[in-house]
Amino acid sequence: MAGVFKQLIGWVDERFGQGSVEAFLRHKVIPLHRHTVWYYFGGMTLFLFIVQVLTGILLLLYYRPVPNAAFESVQYIMTQVQFGWLIRSIHSWSANLMILCAFIHMFSVFFMKSYRKPRELTWISGMLLLFIILGFGFSGYLLPWNMLAYFATKVGTQMAGSVPGVGKFLLVSLRGGEEVGEATLTRFFGLHVAILPGLATSLLALHLLLVQLLGMSVPPGVQKAIDEGREKPRTMPFFPNFMLRDIIGWYAALGVLGALAAIFPWELGAKADPFASAPAGIRPEWYFLFAFQTLKYLPAKLLFLEGEFAGMMAFGAAGALWIAVPFIDRKAGFSRVGRFFTGLGIFALGFIFTMSMLALL
Amino acid sequence: MLLGGGVLASIASFLYPALRYIIPPQVAESGSRSVVAAKVADLKRNTGAIFKFGEKPGILIHTAEGELKAFSAVCTHLNCTVQYRDDLHQIWCACHNGKYDLHGRNAGGPPPRPLEEFEVHVQGEDVVVQRKA
Repeated sequence: MAGVFKQLIGWVDERFGQGSVEAFLRHKVIPLHRHTVWYYFGGMTLFLFIVQVLTGILLLLYYRPVPNAAFESVQYIMTQVQFGWLIRSIHSWSANLMILCAFIHMFSVFFMKSYRKPRELTWISGMLLLFIILGFGFSGYLLPWNMLAYFATKVGTQMAGSVPGVGKFLLVSLRGGEEVGEATLTRFFGLHVAILPGLATSLLALHLLLVQLLGMSVPPGVQKAIDEGREKPRTMPFFPNFMLRDIIGWYAALGVLGALAAIFPWELGAKADPFASAPAGIRPEWYFLFAFQTLKYLPAKLLFLEGEFAGMMAFGAAGALWIAVPFIDRKAGFSRVGRFFTGLGIFALGFIFTMSMLALL
Repeated sequence: MLLGGGVLASIASFLYPALRYIIPPQVAESGSRSVVAAKVADLKRNTGAIFKFGEKPGILIHTAEGELKAFSAVCTHLNCTVQYRDDLHQIWCACHNGKYDLHGRNAGGPPPRPLEEFEVHVQGEDVVVQRKA
């Protein structure tokens, strides 16, 4: 086995220069300090994305994206296909854990100020990936064609429709018509299995390339301690040391996923009925709860704007601000701590947590 | 300048058909202006029922006072389908807690506009709902 591996490296080296593989692998080192644990969440998100791709391909073997067969096909997967319940439940659980890991990764990068120069593009590509992951969540939610999914899609697409000027275009483009129906399911299916995976894979490649090229960031507080001689700079090679630790984490995650899928199989709910009232207690997936709850509190009119549009504007502005943070947070110099943006991050986390809790009450 | 203009024109000529392609062809709305929403005997006092009016849902309410009322069941906030709450004597949207009174007026929560009200006639055993002229 080791011989084959050496031969393979030799084959590559012959073409790209002596030691090229080793240099590529040894280029990246992991800084060791009290926040190193947060570095694992990027890799964990990547692992769960791979699980999503693999289980998604398996689900495609039986899923049928039309309203009179979608719900039944998922029901068929869950009840008739051997281990179908496991594949579908892992896909659902892994989707949720991936979003959780992506959020943890994003906030840890934010608080460690890893977005500062020269890693602005790494941050931007990561933020775009986070939005794409949320797009996966939103589009995939509709595919089982159940009641919750149907109304969540109505609400989500109607929100897009409230944007002045292009709202109608967005609404009709997303729904494939005026109403949520067969065309919407077809479009969301296409989005979920073709457009978003294509975008995600390209952005992921860019994101990983940037991480490889620029290396890992050291938090300003730790850097300051190193600069002042209070702490010694310590590192660990990414390959194989950190990667092996990553793989142990992934192995554990696989165990957790299997256990969650077996103990708490993902529910299917009731089939969507366009001529039934929205059921009491309806709410979206946990990662949209804060937006859902905020919309509940907004009055019909806010100054001269309609409430939901004002809310969307505020969320849109917050998202844009978040992406642009590396260019706004000028204080996050190499060894300085910009307290304003740390405060902003704590506020954002507090807002998301409080609103989500209120939605669950 | 000429080259730049040419490139822009080429991009526009590629994008325009693609954008037009995304918008699906218009589907003619169901021309029917009235529909049999329910049987009189089926609707008890202080209850409501959803009925199909063309491609959209409507709500027929038999009020506690014995009056029959009908509205569009599409919440004016974000498009969810509303329901009648017999405990509140109001029309309620479960999605964002929007409330309407029995005239269809938005009475609480985020809905920005009233529900469209329909005319209701009883013809024999049928409750017929009709769009207002």
